[in-house]
Amino acid sequence: METRRIPSFGLLYYWLIVIVLFLPIFLLILFSFNDSTRLVFPLRGFTLQWYGQLSKNPELIRAVRTSILLALGSSFIATVLGTMGALVVVRYEFPGRNVFVAVAALPLVIPYIILGVSLLIMLHSLGVRLSAWTAGLAHVVISLPYAMLVVIARLVGFPQNLEEAAMDLGATYWGALWRVTLPIIFPALTAAFLICFTISFDEFAIASFLVGTQPTLPVYLYSQLRFPTRLPLVVSMAAILMSASMAIVLFSEWLRRVGQTPQPKKK
Amino acid sequence: MSEPAVELRDVTKVFTSTRGDLAEEVYAVQEMNLEIAQGEFFTLLGPSGCGKTTTLRLIAGFERPTKGEIFIHGQPMSKVPPNLRPVNTVFQNYALFPHLNVARNVGFGLEVRRVSRPERERRIHEALDMVQLAEMSNRRPSQLSGGQQQRIALARALVNQPAVLLLDEPLGALDLKLRKAMQIELKQLQAQVGITFIYVTHDQEEALTMSNRIAVMNKGRVLQVGDPVTLYEKPASHFVADFIGESNFFRGVVEAVSGQLVEVQVSGTRVRATAGALPPSSGQEALFAVRPEKVRLIISEESIDGALRGVIQEVIYIGTDTRYIVNVEAQSPVAVRVQNGCGIAPQEYRRGDVVQLSWLPEDAHLLAD
Repeated sequence: METRRIPSFGLLYYWLIVIVLFLPIFLLILFSFNDSTRLVFPLRGFTLQWYGQLSKNPELIRAVRTSILLALGSSFIATVLGTMGALVVVRYEFPGRNVFVAVAALPLVIPYIILGVSLLIMLHSLGVRLSAWTAGLAHVVISLPYAMLVVIARLVGFPQNLEEAAMDLGATYWGALWRVTLPIIFPALTAAFLICFTISFDEFAIASFLVGTQPTLPVYLYSQLRFPTRLPLVVSMAAILMSASMAIVLFSEWLRRVGQTPQPKKK
Repeated sequence: MSEPAVELRDVTKVFTSTRGDLAEEVYAVQEMNLEIAQGEFFTLLGPSGCGKTTTLRLIAGFERPTKGEIFIHGQPMSKVPPNLRPVNTVFQNYALFPHLNVARNVGFGLEVRRVSRPERERRIHEALDMVQLAEMSNRRPSQLSGGQQQRIALARALVNQPAVLLLDEPLGALDLKLRKAMQIELKQLQAQVGITFIYVTHDQEEALTMSNRIAVMNKGRVLQVGDPVTLYEKPASHFVADFIGESNFFRGVVEAVSGQLVEVQVSGTRVRATAGALPPSSGQEALFAVRPEKVRLIISEESIDGALRGVIQEVIYIGTDTRYIVNVEAQSPVAVRVQNGCGIAPQEYRRGDVVQLSWLPEDAHLLAD
């Protein structure tokens, strides 16, 4: 292919995006190592004390544990349901299929704050007590479309006759799914799971409404912003979160690419 | 004779496709009746969309007949799911499992049916030996060439010792030379294992090369069933005569009928043909076909009884044969093939020559339109 010079305004635009996107993150990480409770320049000196204090804070640790359990559970359920939905959508033609997809994908466009408030009202009127479970339920709802869309994208390129071949060789439908379809799309399932995990783990708005007395990590961090002396603590936790999330997303994207069926070689 | 391996009784398959409020019914297979004998190499031949693949999928169990019943070894199949039918399929693009190596692909059916490990390994090895790919057992399908993938698909099906093997255009993706070699190999393999093969193809030459019997299909119906010689020498309909090999078609009016011999008035000349299965009556419109190699070219001053007069429009030399295109009044141009060799000089006749075309009555077949 012909290589063309990128016009200078394009380069400018690119660097602007990079700066807006990554400079705050960079500053966050920078200040998490700064020996001061105030986030201002000039820097006062290198320290690891904020990271050290993180591990000595039982409330924080409890919040991290709540978040991890909630994210694991909700993303597992979302991945299972999303995969089932994707299989139905890709493999079968039925009246209302498009409506089904649209409804499943609706949480993508509903503001979380509205979803959070309406779920709160509904759960309250049903007399359900708020807990990590109610927040988990909401997280299943919001991460399900991501899981389903990732798996649909994988299944669309999946040759259907592989399942037929498995059944032809004696496998039941479920046997074919278990022995052929799921192993082949496994990287996509893992990618879906990881995406759901990061969504749940980072989510603040819904959790703040629904989580009750067991705060998740984002909810806990927000509550700590009231205390100026704990600000560096929040910053260092945020730095860890940020790095972990990015690592997970990059890993899941890599998995998704690895998972594409290689094209059969031409002779 | 024992019971047929596969029998189709009045099988009809209707697909309903809905586009908005419009529901359209497509008859993929219509009132099909077939009996396929045990150990037979049987081919379903027809153009794309004729229902041959649907027929195969009905036998495999991937589709359910709208009407009628399919029997395999005398057992009705309507309530039997694909995984419990005594048939295996070689798919058009092989459908090998990309996440398993060759040995596990071949052993898939045995593994599902819980065949013991030593027994499984022995049979996998045998099957791979049969297709001469024993050394490939640890490769992934993506590391094999098209021809090798095709053999693995064959081994994967045959290792289960099915009562019937279904093959859906298995050679379609191979290049011509490999396809020709595989045709012979498949036929020998079939004779060796003795399993009933039902083979789907749109390639008439392939069908003639391999089959014991062929069913010619068009628009969801079986038009004619017969062995290759019968189908070529005695086609029953316009479609069969046209689809298998090459034919010259003539239209005329029946003048006289005496037994099988029919005299037809074509472009002002009385020519002879054979009635075949449909005895006509005089005065009736008739269509008949003659193969290009069965037409004789004669140059003669006097007119020959039962020969059509024409002018050579084109002479095409193709090595083994010379093809002549002859214009006959009020008929489509007639193709004539004259074989070269054995004392016949090539291009004996020239463009513009006035010739007479004649044939034996038994080489001209009256056809159903």
